[in-house]
Amino acid sequence: MTRELTCIICPRGCAMKIELDESGKFISVSGNLCPRGKKYAENECTNPMRTLTTTAKCSDGSVVAVRSEGAIPKGKLFEAMSTVNSIVVPLPVSVGDVILDDFYGTKLIATANKG
Amino acid sequence: MENRKIVIIGGGPAGMSAAIAAYESGERDILILERDAALGGILQQCIHNGFGLHRFGEELSGPEYAWRYEKKVRELEIEFKLNTMVLDITPDKVITATSAQDGLVQIKAEAIILAMGCRERPRGALNIPGERPAGIYSAGMAQKLVNMMGYMPGKNVVILGSGDIGLIMARRMTLEGAKVHAVCELMPYSGGLARNIEQCLNDFGIPLKLSHTVTKIHGKERLEGVTISRVDENRRPIEGSEEYIPCDTLLLSVGLIPENELTKSAGLSLSGVTSGAEVDQYRQTEKAGVFSCGNVLHVHDLVDFVSEEAEIAGKSAAAFVNGGLEQNTDIKINTDGKIRYTVPQRITAKGDVSVYFRVGNIYRNSKITVKDGERVILSKKKEKLAPGEMECVKLTAAEIGDATALSFSIEEA
Amino acid sequence: MENIYDVAIIGGGVVGGMIARKLSSFKLDICILEKESDVAMGATRANSAIVHAGFDAKEGSLKALLNVRGSEMMENVARELGVKYKRNGSLVIGFSDEDRIALNALCERGIKNGVKGVRVVERDELKALEPNISDNALCALYAPTGAIICPYELTIASIGNAMDNGASLLLDFAVESIRREGDYYEITSGDRCVKARYVINAAGLYSDEIARMVGDDSFTVHARRGEYILLDRECGEIARHTIFRVPSKMGKGILVSPTVDGNLILGPTSEDIGDRDDKQVTRHGLDKVIKEAGENLSVRVPINKSITSFCGLRAVGSTGDFIINSNVENFVNVAGIESPGLSSAPAIAEYVAEMLSDMGLELIPNEKFNPIRAPKHAFREASLEEKNEYIKRDSAYGRIICRCETVSEGEILDAIRSNPPARTVDAVKRRTRSGMGRCQGGFCGTYVMELIAKETGVPFESVTKSGKNSTMVVGKTKEN
Repeated sequence: MTRELTCIICPRGCAMKIELDESGKFISVSGNLCPRGKKYAENECTNPMRTLTTTAKCSDGSVVAVRSEGAIPKGKLFEAMSTVNSIVVPLPVSVGDVILDDFYGTKLIATANKG
Repeated sequence: MENRKIVIIGGGPAGMSAAIAAYESGERDILILERDAALGGILQQCIHNGFGLHRFGEELSGPEYAWRYEKKVRELEIEFKLNTMVLDITPDKVITATSAQDGLVQIKAEAIILAMGCRERPRGALNIPGERPAGIYSAGMAQKLVNMMGYMPGKNVVILGSGDIGLIMARRMTLEGAKVHAVCELMPYSGGLARNIEQCLNDFGIPLKLSHTVTKIHGKERLEGVTISRVDENRRPIEGSEEYIPCDTLLLSVGLIPENELTKSAGLSLSGVTSGAEVDQYRQTEKAGVFSCGNVLHVHDLVDFVSEEAEIAGKSAAAFVNGGLEQNTDIKINTDGKIRYTVPQRITAKGDVSVYFRVGNIYRNSKITVKDGERVILSKKKEKLAPGEMECVKLTAAEIGDATALSFSIEEA
Repeated sequence: MENIYDVAIIGGGVVGGMIARKLSSFKLDICILEKESDVAMGATRANSAIVHAGFDAKEGSLKALLNVRGSEMMENVARELGVKYKRNGSLVIGFSDEDRIALNALCERGIKNGVKGVRVVERDELKALEPNISDNALCALYAPTGAIICPYELTIASIGNAMDNGASLLLDFAVESIRREGDYYEITSGDRCVKARYVINAAGLYSDEIARMVGDDSFTVHARRGEYILLDRECGEIARHTIFRVPSKMGKGILVSPTVDGNLILGPTSEDIGDRDDKQVTRHGLDKVIKEAGENLSVRVPINKSITSFCGLRAVGSTGDFIINSNVENFVNVAGIESPGLSSAPAIAEYVAEMLSDMGLELIPNEKFNPIRAPKHAFREASLEEKNEYIKRDSAYGRIICRCETVSEGEILDAIRSNPPARTVDAVKRRTRSGMGRCQGGFCGTYVMELIAKETGVPFESVTKSGKNSTMVVGKTKEN
């Protein structure tokens, strides 16, 4: 079995071809220009992960940019959005402030200054 | 009238990088004029990640990337004025600016760095048949509404144009609960980065309709729907291919164009291809002491390259006001029809030079060739070249040698 | 006692606006009833923006009489109202001997109508007058009194001036019924009711429907579509004069003209339609505009510099002439005001005032009437000294909101605060040009929305593009 995939690790966006066995297990990858592509391809076949970037409500009713510090499971993106949408960030907030310590296996951090 | 050594127009990534580079080259009399209420430019609203991979080896969001530079500007105590709009630059480098706090001010600069960035092309919607209801926005305006102000422009979205901002907004609107029905691209290929098509469209099952355009706008007060059609190889809609999509929002992401009105007022001519000034390797324009960098010079796809380019301009401006720039050659860079443009467009001093360029179409299994007359200086194989991705070749002083003109071309491998 | 207006004017277009201003110079209590969220929203909003010299209309017609008179009055009216006006002259170009015959006839008619200075010019003079004229043009009818003006700027200013002199403006007031009650009329819209002794029907495309509400079915009105393309200000110098083709039964053909704001306007198409609300631009229409505008010129029309395209509807009356009459007591029709309606508007106002007087309305001069409307400060056009003055007086003039057109916060606040107040994004745009430039509001749109919300005390979400359901956003994020 083969699967085609565009690498999202860097702006180069390598077009990769992945070989999978019958059970869908990763065998090999081609087309990637660096080892990070291989790792991405492997993950993508087992547990695809994405960085979530969004906004969160602030205590004054405005919004501030936030993101997951690391990647979170792709399948959890919408659930993670609900989590973010339910919180209120106290002001002031600065770039890098941790908003949630435990956010789908990583942290939720502020990416802008406000207040 | 105030006299300043270096005045930088624009406090976005280009302006800040240029300022820092000028400072680090030893110049202290630097002033940044920024029309917005904060430094950072458009990066403030680009809250997605993907910035800084080249510069910092990290995937930062736009505001994080901007903050790294702003922090530095503040640490170095480089002077900047916010909410200050430059109205005019004369050919003898007198800048007229206005702000609510200072009123009208005039500044005579020894060197000017143009770093005004770019704006979105609005053209996509202009000649689409139909009425002009509310609900049609540039992708950037939607981005500002959602990311900076916390408002949803609409709930059912069609995006015309597959530029990166449009792709990013497709994901952003989806995450915020909107349904993005389709992204239509007039060309047979997308102008956006492949990774954005993957993670912004494919991840969410949003169809990318290549060779499609919006052929009719429906609705009188608020948008009610659009008709989209397939286009032929001449980009004309094919009759019978119409499809109606109900939607309340149409986002336009049909490309960016350098914001060069001030450049024109300074008496500079613009390239018909980039819509920016033409520069040498110092990023100096045809006018001595006027430099241009970042998206006002040519539209970049990565901010990392904007910073890099702006540093060259900043460093050069510092050298210009402190003894002058060495100019000991004049090499023109020519391109074949396949390469749309290069930056710089000419080389005026001997040394190593990085030349950036963009192709006008997709080329597979080809090679980039740089020649001095018949002498091949460089030949580099490329699996894929695409209009959406800027290319760069590095030429050493030895390779350039005594060339008086360089020709860049794309050839079959 | 309940207020009974002396005069209610139905329709806030250029005709209604000019009549309102004229009547506000008398001791009269008047109101303007407009169905849209702003004035100048019908035919006034989208037309060629030309003050015609007056050679087109058939001699002896109301059109001829009022056009020539209106055209003579316009310069002074524009000056009093602080509205941009430019006497750029017009050229009707001919490509054949047949056209030459038509041009000679037009010239004679112009002379009979009293148009000053009108004459036929030959190729060399034509080329000197208009360097970019088509090389195929043999001759032209030259009318030096032809002029350009911005029709909605004129209307906003005249209604603003009328309001400054005491007139009332009721927006979103779509008249649903008109009933005679003793010696006045009751005019209703939803649960709102206005009483007035005299009614002026200046309802444009809907004037026949309004007339029918009082039992007058003596005329009908239909819509004639006209599509236009507007080019960037850098193209405004392509043409000096307003360049027409030899007219046909359907109008004056596709014209090319500079606008008072320095843009270049191309259009209109001409197509009679049944729907009175169909303002769609069409591929076919725009192609026609591009093609025929191109035929008038020797240079290529830089269509890639277009900043917008739009469609206007002219209200064409069933009689072939302007319909200005009264068939029902104290009810005046001012209908079928198609081209040259803009040019005629000041004269129409005078004419209607005389009619009202003849009908028994006492016109006592209002000695407090001030014909001058404080000019709006266009920051972009001001000299450095003037700019400094504005900013010193009000620092909001130092903050630029619209970057493409250099429109300051001061101008936008003034548009929201002064008569007739702007309540929508488009209303601000029409008054200040904010959002009219190259980026078409991409940068300034949200700032304008914030200013409207703040000044008028409505939530940001309620700000509309153009009234009714034309909301700009559907709500806040994070709230579902």
